Amino acid sequence: MGNNLLVSGSPHIYTRESISRIMWTVVISLIPAGIAGVIIFGWDALWITLAAVAAAVSTELIFEVLTKKKITVLDGSAVITGILLAFNLPAGVPLWLPIVGAVFSMVVGKLVFGGLGQNIFNPALVGRVFLLASWPKYMTTFTKPFCDTVTSATPLAILKEGKALGHIPYWDLFIGNHGGCIGEVCILALLIGAAILFIKGYISWHIPFTYIFTTGLFIYVFGGPGLFKGDWLFHILSGGLILGAFFMATDYVATPLTARGQIIFGVGCGVLTAVIRIWGGYPEGVSYAILMMNAATPFIDRYTKNRIYGSR
Amino acid sequence: MKSLVHEFTKGIIRENPTFVLVLGLCPTLAVSVSVVNGIGMGIAATFVLLGSSMIVSLVKNFIPNKIRIPCFIVIIATFVTITELCMKAYSPVLDRALGIYVPLIVVNCIVLGRAEAFACKNNLAKSFLDGLGMGVGFTLALVLISAIREFLGSGQILGHTLIKGFEPPFIFGMPSGALLVIGLLLGFFNLIKNKKT
Repeated sequence: MGNNLLVSGSPHIYTRESISRIMWTVVISLIPAGIAGVIIFGWDALWITLAAVAAAVSTELIFEVLTKKKITVLDGSAVITGILLAFNLPAGVPLWLPIVGAVFSMVVGKLVFGGLGQNIFNPALVGRVFLLASWPKYMTTFTKPFCDTVTSATPLAILKEGKALGHIPYWDLFIGNHGGCIGEVCILALLIGAAILFIKGYISWHIPFTYIFTTGLFIYVFGGPGLFKGDWLFHILSGGLILGAFFMATDYVATPLTARGQIIFGVGCGVLTAVIRIWGGYPEGVSYAILMMNAATPFIDRYTKNRIYGSR
Repeated sequence: MKSLVHEFTKGIIRENPTFVLVLGLCPTLAVSVSVVNGIGMGIAATFVLLGSSMIVSLVKNFIPNKIRIPCFIVIIATFVTITELCMKAYSPVLDRALGIYVPLIVVNCIVLGRAEAFACKNNLAKSFLDGLGMGVGFTLALVLISAIREFLGSGQILGHTLIKGFEPPFIFGMPSGALLVIGLLLGFFNLIKNKKT
């Protein structure tokens, strides 16, 4: 009886939301894009995703056992890192590649900083840029949809090489019928997942919408043969922009806390992505843009602190 | 005698210039692509350290305090020029591999740091051993970093392939790989140090 009387400081409102609940909801919201990836690229996509998840979870478990830290593998954040990393890989990569990438993501991207909540960069993107810099051959060989032995370039890569795009209809871009990474191609499935997160209130509009809008605007103004002639819809629908804007730029840990800060973050990501796509050496810039803005997050947080009521 | 041995050994682990004092990182980042480069750079820096430490400790009483830094730099630059010309004459391949980083030993903070912090306050024997210890510590650190980077970045050690079928991650041959390796090693050495205390 006496144990039921808790003495604690305010606030006293109790909510069932917790880190693990949010994380597992994000995992569920990523499932549609995963199913779409398997349908488009075949079973390889599933094995790659499972390998990355297994490697990420076991890395965290082993690290925490070795360093005698609290075991946190069940909170789902390692699962998300694994899934997001796999979604950023082409479907034709050898199976050791997601495993190496997931181990690197977890150790260098998260665990050396002290685990969830301490990491300055999005761990999955750390893993992806590590793999991209280390094994560019595998990371830029994309399988063609629905026939798993033929390779094809991504629409953005074709554009970068200056070849004629051969009109890919917007509808094909939207449902994912083109070369690309496992989880980024099917915009429809990604939007279903994003809708789940919006309905649950786990992500706000600030980062994704400013990010996508800024990229589109910048491409529209500067990305065409003349000013105001860019194909903004093509750029929004291709590459990893939707996946990045909804699932990776909204990482709680490595992004600004306040609404004003998140808008700055989103605009920065958008400008960087567009600049890399138009003038940079890579066809795609989403992961670098998000990582660069992750690095700027502490400064954004410092200058967008909300005024506490009554203070100057 | 004991203190002389101490002056030599402190530079190798307890006050290792790279991992504990965190000095001279620019050449470390730049040349640690292969073990040969690491050894070459280490020996060149050790020679300059030895020479400048000895000369500085000999002339310390004649140098006015206000212009001591320029004087140190002139002494260091002399030894760097000797090193550079010798390297050009006897080992042009290494000279080409190290490039601008040999003349840049002039501004290597280990060399100036030892002249300022140690050699201008101590006698010849102590300064000699201090310079030698620091040089050996710097060389060992360079060899460690460059061995890790050469193995991971190209699958080789000293030009010999170790494991067949190993596809090396290129990133360790690039500047970002150097930052990663040095950062992780620094963390590792701090971990050991914190465990001990």
